[in-house]
Amino acid sequence: MSATPDLECIDLTKDFNDFRAVDQVSFDVPPGSFFSILGPSGCGKTTLLRMIAGFQFPTSGDLQIKGKSMIGVGPNKRPVSMVFQHLALFPMMNIGENVGFGLRQRGVNKSEIKTRVERVLERVGLPGITDRKVDQLSGGQKQRVAIARCMVLEPDVLLLDEPLGALDLKLREHMKVELKSLQAEFNTTFVYITHDQSEALVMSDKIAVMNKGRFDQIGTARDLYYEPHSAFVAGFVGDANRFEGKVTAVNGDAVEVVTDKGLQLKARTINGTVAAGQRAQVFIRPEAIRLAQNAADADLGADARNYTVQSVLFNGANSLAILRDAVSGEILNVTLPQTGTFLGLNKGDTVYAQWNPQQARCYLVEGQ
Amino acid sequence: MTSDKSKLGFYLLLAPLLLWLVVLIILPHIGLFFVSISEKVGVREYETGLGNYAVFFNEPLYWRTFARTAIMSISTTALTLILGFPIAYYIAKMTRGRTKTTLFLMCLIPFWVSELVRTFGWMILLRETGIISNALQSIGLISGPVEFLYNDAAIMVGLVYTSILFMIVPLVTTLDSLDDSMIEAGYDLGGNGVSILREIIIPHAMPGIVSGCIVVFMLSLGNYLTPILLGGKDSLWFTGLIYTQFITRFNWELGSAFGFLLLALSSGIVFLGLKLSRQTLTETMGR
Repeated sequence: MSATPDLECIDLTKDFNDFRAVDQVSFDVPPGSFFSILGPSGCGKTTLLRMIAGFQFPTSGDLQIKGKSMIGVGPNKRPVSMVFQHLALFPMMNIGENVGFGLRQRGVNKSEIKTRVERVLERVGLPGITDRKVDQLSGGQKQRVAIARCMVLEPDVLLLDEPLGALDLKLREHMKVELKSLQAEFNTTFVYITHDQSEALVMSDKIAVMNKGRFDQIGTARDLYYEPHSAFVAGFVGDANRFEGKVTAVNGDAVEVVTDKGLQLKARTINGTVAAGQRAQVFIRPEAIRLAQNAADADLGADARNYTVQSVLFNGANSLAILRDAVSGEILNVTLPQTGTFLGLNKGDTVYAQWNPQQARCYLVEGQ
Repeated sequence: MTSDKSKLGFYLLLAPLLLWLVVLIILPHIGLFFVSISEKVGVREYETGLGNYAVFFNEPLYWRTFARTAIMSISTTALTLILGFPIAYYIAKMTRGRTKTTLFLMCLIPFWVSELVRTFGWMILLRETGIISNALQSIGLISGPVEFLYNDAAIMVGLVYTSILFMIVPLVTTLDSLDDSMIEAGYDLGGNGVSILREIIIPHAMPGIVSGCIVVFMLSLGNYLTPILLGGKDSLWFTGLIYTQFITRFNWELGSAFGFLLLALSSGIVFLGLKLSRQTLTETMGR
């Protein structure tokens, strides 16, 4: 048995009147790891985080920090700190007072507060700014001050509530890397909630995908991307073409599906979850599809099929081609490889597309 | 051309304000000032001098009433703040949507009735044969009728009642603008109710507190009706003295001097209050 997890939730449930926001969530976070909770807005992730912070109390279940139950313990008595969505730096105090707030509450003496505040600000890369006002800082600096304000208290767990949401794209990309390195620097357990999958994928050691109050899947970024356990995870993590149709053949984990419009697809499923005749959905990632300009280039053994280009959406490295199957009329989004081969691709051109059936995932349509 | 036109528009829009300021505020004050520095030496004979102001300082009744008015107004302001803050906090932070609007409206309702009627309401409650006196007698707490009216406490009650709305409104506005996550962050970082109130809520609400205090203080200091009706003849209020000089004694010169002293007093105390709370007038009124 490894060390006690820093944070452990056991069947945690929260009801608001007749609405169940968090439904029997269980997970544990080992010390020093970066754990993300990823979900669309309204999935209950904020409620879960607020329960961990102590602003809301669970209806049932247990929540333990370093093996101690936190049920009935107020937010100011818990060894966790939280970085708020809009950071909640106190504008009436300067940076030094902001960072020193928690230490003042603990009755640490003044000279020690001063040295500890300066030390933590140095660690986040902002030495000598104690006398500045909050509004004199840039977005990224505020971000780091908010983290310093929590880290100065040496919490067992640091909670982050989508703190990058308010930043512009460039800064957000930069802060992702920075957050990860700060986490390594402090070696504290981070619990990060976000609806932005790229934030979760880049930074996390483990990610929990949350949907309608439940955890659909907990795993590493790779697991979620390559081996999604459910249709929701497959659709939410990364982009995917989604087709719905009827299962025509099952052979172990290989299935064949014919979509409603008549396109025949081969895909992989989790053994024993679908049977022939059932309705199923198939997810294929746009970046997992290989394009070829003529039939000779395509490896026809893997079911290459010709499509008409309906339009090309140019977006630099993320450019997409929208293809239309001539026979069935199904639409397929494909990431354009930036190797120069498809620079001249235009509307109306014919291309061949194929994918490895191992990379296409098939799930049962729920509610049948 | 356009700039000329827009300039004309600007002055036209400014005109009512300027007219109001000049005709109703500045001109009367200049007139009042000249009246206040003229001493009556004989029938229709006046000399310029500060004699009227000297009368004020030489007559203990006058400056004691003056000091009493100031002190009672300050206490009223403090009391209104202490009573108004929890109410404002409740409205701004503990309630949402309709409840909030309803509570806010309920604070306004008393102001749909004239101040005179409201003050009479207090008289009905507080007088010797009034509701409170009777109620206390019927439950046996007091043996005979007790007069609650005509004392300083009654004045205070009346003043707090008339002015509390002007404290609550700016407080609700400033407290509303305090992000809930600030308070949560305070708790999260280990603060308790007292330290969060002291270090986060009050500093944030300071502009509201100061502007509310200024308005309440001015209203109390310049109030005439409430102190006269609830305080009776034993409780002197400085505005009462001014009224007496103008209307009863027909001594406009002394009345004007009193008026200026009251203006100086209120400006002085507001200035002092701003200095003590380290706020500026632009900051508190600009919100």
